[in-house]
Amino acid sequence: MIIATNVTKKFGRLTVLNNVSVNCNKGECIALIGPNGSGKTTLVKSILGMVVPDSGFITFNGLNILHNWEYRRHIGYMPQIGRYPENMTIGHLFTMMKDIRKAEQQGPLDEELLHAFGLPAMMEKRMRTLSGGTTQRVSAALAFLFNPDVLILDEPTAGLDPVASEILKEKIINEKQKGKLIMITSHILSELDDLVTQVIYMQDGNLLFHKSMAHLQKDTGETKLSKAIASVMRNQ
Amino acid sequence: MIKIIKYVIADILRNKIVIAYTAFLLAIGMSVFNLEDNTTKGLLSLLNIVLIVVPLVCIIFSTIYVYNSAEFIELLVSQPLQRKHIWLSLFSGIALALVLAFFIGIGLPVLLYSFTPTGFILVVVGLLLTVIFVAIALLAAVNTRDKAKGIGIAVLLWLYFSLLFDGLILFILFQFADYPLENLMLVLSALNPVDMGRILILLKMDISALMGYTGAIFQNFFGTTTGMIATILVMMLWMVLPVFFSLRIFKRKDL
Repeated sequence: MIIATNVTKKFGRLTVLNNVSVNCNKGECIALIGPNGSGKTTLVKSILGMVVPDSGFITFNGLNILHNWEYRRHIGYMPQIGRYPENMTIGHLFTMMKDIRKAEQQGPLDEELLHAFGLPAMMEKRMRTLSGGTTQRVSAALAFLFNPDVLILDEPTAGLDPVASEILKEKIINEKQKGKLIMITSHILSELDDLVTQVIYMQDGNLLFHKSMAHLQKDTGETKLSKAIASVMRNQ
Repeated sequence: MIKIIKYVIADILRNKIVIAYTAFLLAIGMSVFNLEDNTTKGLLSLLNIVLIVVPLVCIIFSTIYVYNSAEFIELLVSQPLQRKHIWLSLFSGIALALVLAFFIGIGLPVLLYSFTPTGFILVVVGLLLTVIFVAIALLAAVNTRDKAKGIGIAVLLWLYFSLLFDGLILFILFQFADYPLENLMLVLSALNPVDMGRILILLKMDISALMGYTGAIFQNFFGTTTGMIATILVMMLWMVLPVFFSLRIFKRKDL
């Protein structure tokens, strides 16, 4: 569904992505793992077209995403740090997003998370007054709102309290069962255990491996993702 | 695209600076005509407002607004929208709000008190300058990530167009006083939209005699319909080119 081929991106002299190629298919739940500054977010942003690669290309359903924008209607994106217009209230934000995506929206909106997170009660609050956790809830609710085929979640549980984090996890599992492609970057590996089918490991802008969970478990002899990754890191 | 423009304008109206700007222009526009019996004198006072204050407010406000919309832009870019449309909507939203402010603030008093060709040209020049300086501000803002640097560049650009450019022209005039420079002046003035606006208005006021032989050349060129149309076209270029270049940069910008 999403194929990245030899994607390279440099910020000044720093190579953030070095010849990265990945292939992501429908129904997979991919964990994007790596140390800080390994290029995970940049890869995610390149897929979204927010960062333009220096070389290489990315295709979505067979179409090159460069100069293409319509593919983004199939993607729900939850950024690592949600930044929203400060003067807008939550209510305004949702109205605007619905308004912008109305034209191509087929089928009903998915407002499950919106209600589960208790957002309707604070529709009048301005975005700048929100706490980090509440902003994350808004980001999550927005990502799922339009029932997209692909969900890209960048550190989804960072800043969420345990209850909200559990709700989000449930939601991700539900969506996965509907056969959607889900990409998650996270540092809290224990959370990913019951979700993930594929693991991509990145370091210093290089893609070290892309394996299925079963494959990784067999290679390392560990059943838990955190232990498996730890064993990979030790063996380097 | 119209949807995004709508949100940009709603946001601009909410932060009230543009409303204050409108009120300020309206206060000046009204008082100038009420203090003087001679409306031509009134127009002359307004000329300085149009050539100095309007570009300054437009370029500073637009630059700051673009920087403050960083979150808004970031949000929209990850949505199924064309970057071209996001950027052009931002431009149209700001330009429309400021054009409206100028039209209410200066346009209305001029049309009420001095509905003459000179008044009309003054309003047209003001409107053109508003849009031109919004366009230049967009180019300044898209080029630099640092907000303070971007605003600094915007201020310097305004200084250049309002003061430094005239200094440079004077310098050239004095250095090469032995050569016939009149036609060169014509070309040089096209490099500065503020100057073009000033010449257009001054010629309509029939005080070109004050400018000596160069004034006569200007009268010869700008006084004709062809000259007028050429001037308007060059000013249009001053709108289109900055927007075009800023759009090219924005399309490949990393957010």
